[in-house]
Amino acid sequence: MTKLKTITALTSILALLAPSAHAASMHDDMHRQIFQVYRFQADGAQNNAGGLVTWAGRGWIGGDTDKLVINTEGEMQNGHVESSELWGLWSHNVSDFWDVQAGIRQDFDPRSTTSLVVGLQGMLPQFLETDAHVFVSTRGDVGARFEQSIDLAVTQRLILEPHLKLDVSASDVPELDIGSGISNIEAGLQLRYEITRKFAPYLDLVYETATGNTAHIKRNNGERAGELTLRAGLRLAF
Amino acid sequence: MNRLILASLVAALGLFGTSAFAGDYNLTIDRQDVDVGGRHGSSLTINGQLPGPTLHFKEGEDVTIHVTNKLDEDTSLHWHGLLLPGQMDGVPMFNNFPGIKPGKTFTYNFKIRQSGTYWYHSHSGGQEQEGLYGSIVIDPADREPAPTDRDYVVVLSDFTTESADEILSNLKSDSGYYNYARRTVGDFFRDAADKGLGTTLRDRFMWGDMRMDPTDLADVTGYTFLVNGKSAEANWTALYKKGERVRLRFINASSMTYFDLAIPGLKMIVVAADGQNVQPVVVDEIRIAIAETYDVIVVPKDDKPYTIFAQSIDRTGYARATLATRNGMTAPVPPLRARSLLTMADMGMSGMEGMDHGSMNMSGMKGMDMSGMDMKGMDHSKMDMSGMNMMHGAKPTADTKADEHPMGWASGAPPGTKVLSYADLKSLKVQKDTRPEEREIIVRLGGTMERYIWTLNGKKYADAEPIDLKFGERVKLTFINDTMMAHPMHLHGMFVQLVNGQPAERLPNKHMVSVPPGQSYSVMLTADEAGEWAFHCHLLFHMESGMMNKVVVARLAKEAAK
Repeated sequence: MTKLKTITALTSILALLAPSAHAASMHDDMHRQIFQVYRFQADGAQNNAGGLVTWAGRGWIGGDTDKLVINTEGEMQNGHVESSELWGLWSHNVSDFWDVQAGIRQDFDPRSTTSLVVGLQGMLPQFLETDAHVFVSTRGDVGARFEQSIDLAVTQRLILEPHLKLDVSASDVPELDIGSGISNIEAGLQLRYEITRKFAPYLDLVYETATGNTAHIKRNNGERAGELTLRAGLRLAF
Repeated sequence: MNRLILASLVAALGLFGTSAFAGDYNLTIDRQDVDVGGRHGSSLTINGQLPGPTLHFKEGEDVTIHVTNKLDEDTSLHWHGLLLPGQMDGVPMFNNFPGIKPGKTFTYNFKIRQSGTYWYHSHSGGQEQEGLYGSIVIDPADREPAPTDRDYVVVLSDFTTESADEILSNLKSDSGYYNYARRTVGDFFRDAADKGLGTTLRDRFMWGDMRMDPTDLADVTGYTFLVNGKSAEANWTALYKKGERVRLRFINASSMTYFDLAIPGLKMIVVAADGQNVQPVVVDEIRIAIAETYDVIVVPKDDKPYTIFAQSIDRTGYARATLATRNGMTAPVPPLRARSLLTMADMGMSGMEGMDHGSMNMSGMKGMDMSGMDMKGMDHSKMDMSGMNMMHGAKPTADTKADEHPMGWASGAPPGTKVLSYADLKSLKVQKDTRPEEREIIVRLGGTMERYIWTLNGKKYADAEPIDLKFGERVKLTFINDTMMAHPMHLHGMFVQLVNGQPAERLPNKHMVSVPPGQSYSVMLTADEAGEWAFHCHLLFHMESGMMNKVVVARLAKEAAK
């Protein structure tokens, strides 16, 4: 029930953001062009604890200069949602390859947390897709996330995508079992076959590990800090 | 019955034949399902046809064209290359033309002031991609300087079942969406083996540094290429008798495709470019830019079929037709050549300083204008020839094996092939205005492929200030292409003259100027048509992404408001 409320609250915040993006692109686009793209991928794997399902989605709607961006990702273990998050960002183009972004991140699991987000999204030289965001939660916790990936064409349709994600926390957040410093690293190698650009089954070999203080906390709880999984999934675009 | 129609036709012609011609034409724009080259899709049609009907006009005729819109969206028709009043040009939001609303009929009315091969197409959104295009043939008032026994219109186009909105949306989400010729991991190792690891790494890092892709020759693929609406398999056929002179009026009505055009076994005599007569040039091959037209004459000496072969420059396919003495005859279809790979030089980055037209013209020509007009033509040709022959004509590459990538803006044609170059074009009639320019206007062609945003002088259409020209003013437009794609630049309302090394009185008229990757090119313009004229890249999705501006020719420039 609370989850539903939070979603409603988040939606109304997004609705507030939306008109500004819309108006801006109406102004700067010749035919009042509004585009929208949604990408979503979900996969399943077997790990020591049983069945693991992860998902990630990114979408945007808007013009060349201003967009409304929606990000989501999460993990389910044996049918139970362990982590889930939904972001709503206003994304403003500032240079050929970069957008600045600001908005809200709502985590539903493991516990409901609302954070402000500020960050950058774009492409570094050598085609490195890069995301860097900083968060401040309503509880005052400060964190950051850094993500990078690159597409390497094995053939025209078989794409190898190494990807990396770092989570950083400025302080200990005991209720989330997070310690200060780099808390989590996820490094993977996705091999997908683009039957079309919008429909691509994939295998993703992912090593995910808690690090530093967070790893310490996990080990004290009797959990394993890291695991290697081979995930099979499907990537879609609309 | 037929005789009756014929009789009334003759009577009608007799009436018109006296002094003033007046023709009445009805065009209806609709959407319908089509099957093209084994693909089923929805297409826009004109009078139920794809492409629309050929409009035959006569120089001096007063034409009235009723265009009825049966779509549920606005439409328009633009008469590409025709000299006419601005409000008849058919570009929505220009010269107070509101476009044609659903269910309405708009009547165009203008006098035909020229002859030659032109075309027409929608200027509303992506409708051109979806089928709104057709050809225009105008007979000269006087004697045809290059008479022929047969005369055919050959409309080349790119057909897809995707809607224009989908295509643009896909490009905005991923500019490489349609590129299935990217360099692969395998290419890396092959190059490393051939050229050395160091060279290959340096090459990859240079492109990576710019975040650009040397395989980006065409932004959109997945096309079926058509000749007069027919796929290669359907094989549109033009009949001839041995020894006849056959005029082929080539029109590239594609939205996004350049072609390398040849008729293996036949020389093509180019007699008109963009509808305007030129002194005959004998060629084997033409790289025809989007929206260009070329009239060629062929004289097949044997009683046998010849393939008209137009391969897209990204080599994803070809348009094909046959010249034959009987229906059903076919000639061999040549294999597609290897596609070329762009080099740093195509970015204007290195090694091509000698070809850097922009800087050459600036230093050289300014001086020349002062030293006197008589010298101009001569100096010009001396200066420009070397670079230019290589520039436009997609040079034959002697050291290229058939299966290898030609490098740069090259066709990969075998050695000895004569490819038409802009430098070959020489106006048949003497130009009236041979004044040097009063000023030069620089137009930088730019963009960000990654975001799929395209600009003129760094600005998208919505952000740009119009270019104001004084009525009667003589200006030089210098295009500087800062991108790695060729841009077919089109100015509405007036012809420009290519500064191609020919004498000033023989500079050829064009409505299209193709500016190759990383290069510069200048044209002259006499601003003698008042109005608001669209000025844009004719790659449809470049225009749609901002690569457009408005040129205002007003007797009082200040009156012009955007």
